[in-house]
Amino acid sequence: MGLGSDMYRQQILDHYKNPRNYGELEDPDFTHIGENPSCGDTIRMEVALDDAEETIEAVRFTGDGCAISMASASMLSERLHGMAVDDLDALDTDDITEMLGVDISPMRVKCAVLGRQVAQDGSKIHRGELDPDDRTNLEA
Amino acid sequence: MGVQEQYPFDVEAVRADFPVLDRLVGGDPETPGEGPGDDTPLVYLDNAATSHTPDPVVDTISDYYRGYNANVHRGIHQLSQEASVAYEQAHDTVADFVGAAGREEIVFTKNTTEAMNLVAYAWGLEELGPGDNVVLSEMEHHASLVTWQQIGKRTGADVRFIDVTDEGRLDMDDAAALIDDDTEMVSVVHVSNTLGTVNPIAELAELAHDHGAYIFADGAQSVPNRPVDVKELGVDFLAFSGHKMCGPTGIGALYGREELLDAMQPYLYGGDMIRRVSFEDSTWEDLPWKFEAGTPSIAQGIAFAAAIDYLDDIGMDRVEAHEDLLAEYAYDELEALGGVEIYGPPGDERGGLVAFNVEGVHAHDLSSILNDYGVAIRAGDHCTQPLHDEMGIAASARASFYIYNTVEEIDALVDAVREARDLFA
Ligand SMILES: Cc1ncc(COP(=O)(O)O)c(C=O)c1O
Repeated sequence: MGLGSDMYRQQILDHYKNPRNYGELEDPDFTHIGENPSCGDTIRMEVALDDAEETIEAVRFTGDGCAISMASASMLSERLHGMAVDDLDALDTDDITEMLGVDISPMRVKCAVLGRQVAQDGSKIHRGELDPDDRTNLEA
Repeated sequence: MGVQEQYPFDVEAVRADFPVLDRLVGGDPETPGEGPGDDTPLVYLDNAATSHTPDPVVDTISDYYRGYNANVHRGIHQLSQEASVAYEQAHDTVADFVGAAGREEIVFTKNTTEAMNLVAYAWGLEELGPGDNVVLSEMEHHASLVTWQQIGKRTGADVRFIDVTDEGRLDMDDAAALIDDDTEMVSVVHVSNTLGTVNPIAELAELAHDHGAYIFADGAQSVPNRPVDVKELGVDFLAFSGHKMCGPTGIGALYGREELLDAMQPYLYGGDMIRRVSFEDSTWEDLPWKFEAGTPSIAQGIAFAAAIDYLDDIGMDRVEAHEDLLAEYAYDELEALGGVEIYGPPGDERGGLVAFNVEGVHAHDLSSILNDYGVAIRAGDHCTQPLHDEMGIAASARASFYIYNTVEEIDALVDAVREARDLFA
């Protein structure tokens, strides 16, 4: 089997069909939206932090897109609960492919990392390190 | 097995000219060519993006580099003469192929996109202004849509879009309403690369000319697949790409009516396009060289003509018949599958491509899974984002056919689509 079917192992299909933490938060500390226009993938992440703003307490996401982008956002949302903000900043592409547990073909990497980018950019905007008008766009 | 018997030419003989069709896929995409894990036969159905190149065309490129590589128009020596003659004659071949008067009406460009930009810059920037309008259709490829949109912004001209009906056809009442006496250019795709619609270019040409406007047909998907004659269509400009019709990348053509090209100023300046240069001023070469500044794509231009010879040997009416056969078969089979939405007109009224979506499966996921079965299709917006917006979808999958494709390959596509649908069910 090639990359394709491998990419759609049970875990990914499960997260795609039953996304975890799907929805919105009552009182998020930040909300951010990102997209891959040519795929039409859109992800909106809402994050609540602890009082010190050092640790992620809750995450919800909504979105529309391919199985890879949606499953990745769903798995990420589970991982982010209780994660230090610094650790979110440090997440890289390898962490995401490791989390997905499958090889991602080169043309699909941007699908896989969209959720991570939205969370990271949202966090940076919240800290004033990124222009709030910046919409995350992995194709820009 | 009826359908194969209706092939208008010997498809197996054609396939033998395309060694790539025998290759196996499925291995590591970071190392091109066959390697470990490559064990699935390729089913190449992405021809609207680019077609494959037959041996005679590859040989033409290799003969040029091995035998008479030289710059054109610059040397008195024999190699330069041979290269110049072959390169110039390639223009005649292309002219003949689309019914143009001669080489003076054929400008070689990089591709369709550059041909479109050539007219937009050389004619549009000069001639358009506030109060004028350019009429496009909602099914334009970005090559024309973005180009005229931006020229509109720079000149103040209005850019209008003819509606596409629910059936995927141009709304000709809307066309008649939009094209008025302030219309300077009607720029419409001949065969839609997304819907497969064959647009009534001759009718639009008449409408345009009745209002004193010019008409530009985007022939990127029509010239490779059916007989196209600029006189019969009545177009003023036509653009097409070599790489979609058995030719190499890096070469395409703009047809322009001679008197229009003659009146237009060059869009690129430099060597090869001038006749006499002083420090103060310059004069231009004859057509078409006036629009081909700098060293052109020589091998590609010569190979473009070889590709046309190859297609001519088959016969463009037979190429069209084969495309029609495959498109209709694919349409019917995909429709019969269930859970598949197909865009554009019915199977017997389209060019050789079918764009569709499978319920519950994103086009990119579909394409990834099909890739496992060796089936190469396009997934995305096919450079028609506004049309996809109109249809309310972000992306679609597209299978597109060419002279070497077979009914069995469409069966392989349909089987793989079924697998994908079931995987996601
Ligand atoms: C209808 C249409 N117009 C224009 C183009 C652009 O062609 P090219 O990329 O060769 O310039 C394409 C193909 O991509 C097309 O299908």
